[in-house]
Amino acid sequence: MGGWLFDPAHWSGPTGVPVRLLEHLGYTLVTLLIAAVIAVPLGAFVGHTGKGGFVVVGLSNALRALPTTAVLILVVLWAGLGDFPVYVALVLLAIPPIMAGTYAGIRAVDPVAVDAARGVGMRESGVLLQVEIPNALPLIYGGFRGAALQVVATATIAAYTGAGGLGRLVFDGLALQEFGQMLAGAVLVALLAVLVDLGFAGLQRLTVSPGLRPVGTGGKR
Amino acid sequence: MTWIFENWDRFWEVTEVHLRLSAVPVLIGFVLSIPLGWLASRSATARAILFPVANILFTIPSIALIVITPVLIGAKILDEINVIVPLVIYTIALMVRSVADALASVPGHVTAAANAMGYRPLRRFLTVDFPLALPVTIAGLRVATVSNISMVSVGALVGLGGYGQLFTEGYQTDNSAKVFAGLIGTVVLAVLADGLLLLLGRVLTPWARTGR
Repeated sequence: MGGWLFDPAHWSGPTGVPVRLLEHLGYTLVTLLIAAVIAVPLGAFVGHTGKGGFVVVGLSNALRALPTTAVLILVVLWAGLGDFPVYVALVLLAIPPIMAGTYAGIRAVDPVAVDAARGVGMRESGVLLQVEIPNALPLIYGGFRGAALQVVATATIAAYTGAGGLGRLVFDGLALQEFGQMLAGAVLVALLAVLVDLGFAGLQRLTVSPGLRPVGTGGKR
Repeated sequence: MTWIFENWDRFWEVTEVHLRLSAVPVLIGFVLSIPLGWLASRSATARAILFPVANILFTIPSIALIVITPVLIGAKILDEINVIVPLVIYTIALMVRSVADALASVPGHVTAAANAMGYRPLRRFLTVDFPLALPVTIAGLRVATVSNISMVSVGALVGLGGYGQLFTEGYQTDNSAKVFAGLIGTVVLAVLADGLLLLLGRVLTPWARTGR
């Protein structure tokens, strides 16, 4: 069953596995970057001011129900083929978990720490950037990791409208009735998802203050 | 929107299929995840196996699982079982953790009291632990239901039914009204199912609303 994947002929050239992997990774990282620029400030603003929490929750839930395939196809019909529709569909998918994670993270920061920051004379921007966001990082990373998982898995659908990525293996395999190629696509996507998650876990270890690590539990239960 | 009213029979037909393809896996997956979640809440070994497996299963893209399933179980490519099996797997992957968390959230003094009153394990589970775990369980069930309703559409990419058929047909005939109709149908169905479960949770756990 792994014959297709381990055939060297499938590992070179402009349609080889490494190219598809990089395309898939590219979709994922660019999507997360765009979604972060939109969702983190929104979640942080609402979390910091405490105003409009129901808007964040409602918007997140509504976006979650949005079928990515339909968004992709609609944007293709309106704007034509290419990477643009892929990014629109995937960014809409990535916004809810990132926004919800940022919002929940900032709401969960110990109010004593926030009060203390105001007490020592920090401005509101300082409270947000130097106290609330660093303290909220574990939950913010949680949002990013959830979003990354979904984006890696869903970027597969991009190939339906002719875009690249590992979905090409799945859809080309389907068209050619080549089961090995479809399986290779599925396995590689799952593998990439695990690797991206490990990447985030590493980043989290490097950037989250050691004081925020759960004590004695090893971080898991 | 007018597409829906002008093609009501067709719209209703795909609605029925979509409803069936999303409700059946949620029900099967939910029932199967209860014993698995219970196991995970009781044993650290079961947890160490079930949670990572669930995480990995969840990363397999739905389109890939849907095209691989017929080969693995020997079904025809256009059999509805090819959507149902993957969605059962996703539901279990999501719900095992919810059920385990929910059971772990039951206060120890309550289970101790039930034990002291002479409840046998099965009766204690059915009449004490599980009802008290319902709020967290239903929160997980709502997520699983909404994501299933949205995922059924993916089956259309390989020719299966539901709103996804409106997506692929609309794409092939350059008819965005048709795609939009399917999108509206999916979102409305998801919102309705979510609301229904929320309501069900309130009705089943009247004690959760008192004493706040």
